[in-house]
Amino acid sequence: MNYTNCGNFKCSYEKDAALFQTLFSRLCIGVFLVMLVALPFLMDHYFIYILNMILIAVIGAVGLNILTGFTGLISLGQGAFMAVGAFGAGYLSSQVGLPFFLAIPAAGVIAALVGAFFGIPSLRLKGLYLSIATLAAQFIIEFIIIRAEPITGGVQGLSIDYARFFGIPINDDFRFYWLALPLAVTMTLLATNIVRSKIGRAFLSVRDNYIAAEAMGINLFHYKLTAFAISSFYAGVAGSLWAYYTTIVTVENFTIMVSIQYLSMIIIGGLGSILGSIFGATFLIVLPEALQFISNMAAGQFPAVSQIVGALKEMAFGLVIILFLLFEPEGLARRWRLIKAYWKLWPFSY
Amino acid sequence: MLAAPFLDVKNIYLSFGGIMAIAGVSFHVNRGEIFSIIGPNGAGKTSILNTISGIYPPDKGSILYDGEEITRLPVHKRPVKGVVRTFQNLELFKGMTVLDNLMLSRHIYMNYGLLSSVLWIGKARKEEVAHRKRVEEVIDFLQLTHIRKKHVFELSYGLQKRVELARAMCLEPKLLLLDEPMAGMNSEETEDMARYVIDLNEEMGITIILIEHDMKVVMDLSSRVVAIDFGEKICEGVPKEVAVNPKVLSAYLGEEKWL
Ligand SMILES: Nc1ncnc2c1ncn2[C@@H]1O[C@H](COP(=O)(O)OP(=O)(O)OP(=O)(O)O)[C@@H](O)[C@H]1O
Ligand SMILES: [Mg+2]
Repeated sequence: MNYTNCGNFKCSYEKDAALFQTLFSRLCIGVFLVMLVALPFLMDHYFIYILNMILIAVIGAVGLNILTGFTGLISLGQGAFMAVGAFGAGYLSSQVGLPFFLAIPAAGVIAALVGAFFGIPSLRLKGLYLSIATLAAQFIIEFIIIRAEPITGGVQGLSIDYARFFGIPINDDFRFYWLALPLAVTMTLLATNIVRSKIGRAFLSVRDNYIAAEAMGINLFHYKLTAFAISSFYAGVAGSLWAYYTTIVTVENFTIMVSIQYLSMIIIGGLGSILGSIFGATFLIVLPEALQFISNMAAGQFPAVSQIVGALKEMAFGLVIILFLLFEPEGLARRWRLIKAYWKLWPFSY
Repeated sequence: MLAAPFLDVKNIYLSFGGIMAIAGVSFHVNRGEIFSIIGPNGAGKTSILNTISGIYPPDKGSILYDGEEITRLPVHKRPVKGVVRTFQNLELFKGMTVLDNLMLSRHIYMNYGLLSSVLWIGKARKEEVAHRKRVEEVIDFLQLTHIRKKHVFELSYGLQKRVELARAMCLEPKLLLLDEPMAGMNSEETEDMARYVIDLNEEMGITIILIEHDMKVVMDLSSRVVAIDFGEKICEGVPKEVAVNPKVLSAYLGEEKWL
């Protein structure tokens, strides 16, 4: 369904391809960006920390959505590809001495190459079988990282310096925000460009009907690997940001749990929607923090049951996700569209 | 010297496990004609199209297109050469709009790369607009203007069939393979579709291979017909000859669609 206002007639095909179709939507996005810039000035470092985690997650989730939501290739390896980026950036900055603005894209490229390599089975495998193959990739990469001690530091991991921008170390939450925000915004915009280009259409066609796609001249090999490469590039950038944020890179931060978390983000946010990736990433970062907050409060009130409250928190996390899958199977992005449509017609919304 | 046929299918075989879908079929198609393949259900007609479009290359035999061997050419390279097909059971991109379905067919003609896609700079924009114009011509021709922004799954069966034809047209075919384009349509839609097929052939000079069960349509449109039964060719010729061929009649015995 398409909820642009009627009366919104375009007189050129160029305008029809524009990202933000109406003045109002351009205004909204402007206000949103201003808010993003203002937020860290109004918040304490804990909330900025959450924002930073969201920004990193957004990059990773947008990438995974390109692969899984747009191209229809399920991956359980996003965590491992983030690890490749994190260790790549770690190695390049600590051993080679690259500055962060070179190390981050380079780490992205390394992750993209690794991702494309592990995407090769996607040419033969689909659905569940492919997800098992990417699961194997997850474990193989973890294994290699632990074994490649001279490069990765093995189980100990790498310890790296904070990124430096004109001599200023990016060493607290507030400063890091100004690294993560522009990167996340840029990467999101680039993703919207990709999905509206011929590449995005090719991805969608592979997802919707790969036999027909091939018959219409789409090279499946090429586009499946491209999807893996782009997705892993995003994972690599997210991972390298994480590395610069924590300055300690260990493989434990990128286990299969992380992969599952990212998959949950895009499913909850909405498969095949860039906006949905943002919703989903925000939701899955905020939810555990909110539950933690609630359980802390509860534990303060009833210290005797604090043990149980901790366990309840985990259950609540699972429960909320299950409820979401039950009641919002098409993700938050769809709910958002419905809300927009509702207000557009308000008060005659029936 | 006699001109080589546009498409030359030479003694092809195709089997699925124990089932012989095609058992040694040969025929040729001349440039500019509408060539029909008929036969009862399960005769192997779609299988023949599948070998020509490369989805299932034949086990044996060869296929020459415009003098060039294409028997084992990868599927996605065939539209580039001008060999384009539609599907018997709608195979559209259901989650995409009609416009995007058609724009996808312009993919093989678009030259901009990853970088211009990512940055959405001049080249990507210019090409997108240029191809959008081509697509709009097809939309006009097939009268799809009112549904171009609709998602395919929202459309009626008849319209989806038309979108499939439009998608094939956007690829600018030289040899168009139509697998039962009128199946499941009412008589008005069938007539429209027949009109479009004739226009494609006569005005745009597209050579067409048509699979169709509606014998009236086959008789009216085709210049030549081949009849298939149990994966074998039972007869070939102009429509009038084929229609009265005793083998064809007995193959169709008991089928309602005949007559
Ligand atoms: N992918 C496949 N796998 C297994 N068997 C197949 C496959 N495709 C076709 N067949 C078999 O090959 C034979 C010919 O099928 P085909 O689809 O070519 O017939 P058709 O002439 O197009 O029939 P219809 O008029 O019903 O479309 C049938 O027995 C069918 O079951
Ligand atoms: Mg068939």
